[in-house]
Amino acid sequence: MSLIDSLPRVGAPKLPRIDGLIPWIVPLAIILIWQVACVTGFVSARVLPAPSDVALAGWKLLQSGELVRNIWVSFWRASIGFLIGGSIGFSFGLANGLSQTSSKLTDTTLQMVRNIPHLALIPLVILWFGIDESAKLFLVALGVFFPIYLNTLHGIRTVDPQLIEMGRIYGMTDGELFRRVIFPGALPSIFVGLRFALGIMWLTLIVAETIAASSGLGYMAMQAREFMLIDVVVLSILIYALLGKLADSASRTLERLTLSWHPAFQKH
Amino acid sequence: MQEALRFLSPGAEPVDRADFVEQARLLRRGSEASSRGLSLTIRGLRKSFGDNEVLRGIDLHIPAGQSVAIVGRSGCGKSTLLRLIAGLETITAGTISLGEDARPEDVRVMFQEPRLLPWARVLSNVEVGLGRERRSADAQARAESALVEVGLADKRSQWPAVLSGGQKQRVALARALVSQPRVLAFDEPLGALDALTRISMQRLLERVWHDQGFTAILVTHDVAEAVALADRVLVIEDGRIAEDFIVDVPRPRQRGSAELAALEGAILKNLLEGTEDTSDL
Repeated sequence: MSLIDSLPRVGAPKLPRIDGLIPWIVPLAIILIWQVACVTGFVSARVLPAPSDVALAGWKLLQSGELVRNIWVSFWRASIGFLIGGSIGFSFGLANGLSQTSSKLTDTTLQMVRNIPHLALIPLVILWFGIDESAKLFLVALGVFFPIYLNTLHGIRTVDPQLIEMGRIYGMTDGELFRRVIFPGALPSIFVGLRFALGIMWLTLIVAETIAASSGLGYMAMQAREFMLIDVVVLSILIYALLGKLADSASRTLERLTLSWHPAFQKH
Repeated sequence: MQEALRFLSPGAEPVDRADFVEQARLLRRGSEASSRGLSLTIRGLRKSFGDNEVLRGIDLHIPAGQSVAIVGRSGCGKSTLLRLIAGLETITAGTISLGEDARPEDVRVMFQEPRLLPWARVLSNVEVGLGRERRSADAQARAESALVEVGLADKRSQWPAVLSGGQKQRVALARALVSQPRVLAFDEPLGALDALTRISMQRLLERVWHDQGFTAILVTHDVAEAVALADRVLVIEDGRIAEDFIVDVPRPRQRGSAELAALEGAILKNLLEGTEDTSDL
């Protein structure tokens, strides 16, 4: 233990990079075992293609430009849907957290809508929007709305009232009170909502693209299923995993940057 | 001390840039008047929360610059009295007057909890205390000199989370002092600190009070602390002032001296007599 702890300080400058690779040991090991299992015939290629075959399929799709186009389409849908749903959710969260009137007026309605699984709306959404872009954007926006709304609301409601009283005593205006006390106090909770929302964003998008789309990752996977291209199906699934991880890392970085005051985010 | 000398004699020769700033500010604010404490007059003060009458007619005059400790059993209304003076509660009946030229920034409160913004560095937490003057050009210099006063100049760019309880409370004191208040109300400010930190904080409070000359009102349930710090100790019982002791002991006071101990004994006796049932003490 003491040896490991002392390594980064005493050791060569390369060590921090090795430290950053530790989380990837398990995924790489899984891929390695998977490859071995496929090559030795322990797992049939019709059930699960070898990682090398998946990589090969990925390479082919990359060369044809299909992969990049589909990833881009999905990424665009996810981001736009997230921005729309997230900003509406955030606004309602702020309004209902700060104003009793607004909360009385809209919270009950929102709580009722929240309990409808948003994916249950797919048939209705297809009837309304067809398999157009707007259908996917609507579903993603609806999906991310609630985690952002609920956590923003919760964050604002649970800001330490003693700090708010302190702010008032020291003559803060409403705007300053919000900027210096309420918003920073609600931020950790808002980030929890953000990370939940990112997960829901991918989930919704993939389901929507699988059911009704003519482009995107979900569409690519469904097409591949039609033609029994199992390597492409597995490839799509792996890409979801990577994109999900990417979104999570981005939100973590943002969290670390803005919550550096928080004891949980302080180094050493 | 240096701070205080400069403060009390604004005509003195400026020594460095910080002094210029300080002097300019003092001249602008009309110097002398704002550097002294305010006198406080309370007449027929009553406060009820629903049917529960917490204060039942308080009449009190506190001369400018006096330090007054308010003691009493829990629930006697001492904290409510302090919150009324600080303007944190609305008065049910009666008046509190601080003199006609009192501004909101002239009254500051220090609570048992430091109430620092965890997401602001120590220095910006102190700047909060400047109230509406926060955006003035010398805000940072004033916050820094307040930190020097409480001996935490080297912690200016730390997060509050890394400070000890006593240090946090000192930052809260710097925040209360930075606007140079004329009345400073303390609501058991040392209640959550350990014994040694308490004693050094008491010394610090006594020193800043002596240097800055504000009117100090200290709510505490520690009678020893009250007699060590205050010029006058009020005992509150059932929402009224039951007893008014003058602590006529010269400063600096020797902690644990016979004189203070005798007074402490008298006040404690008074507090205990006031209760029909002492078994719960």
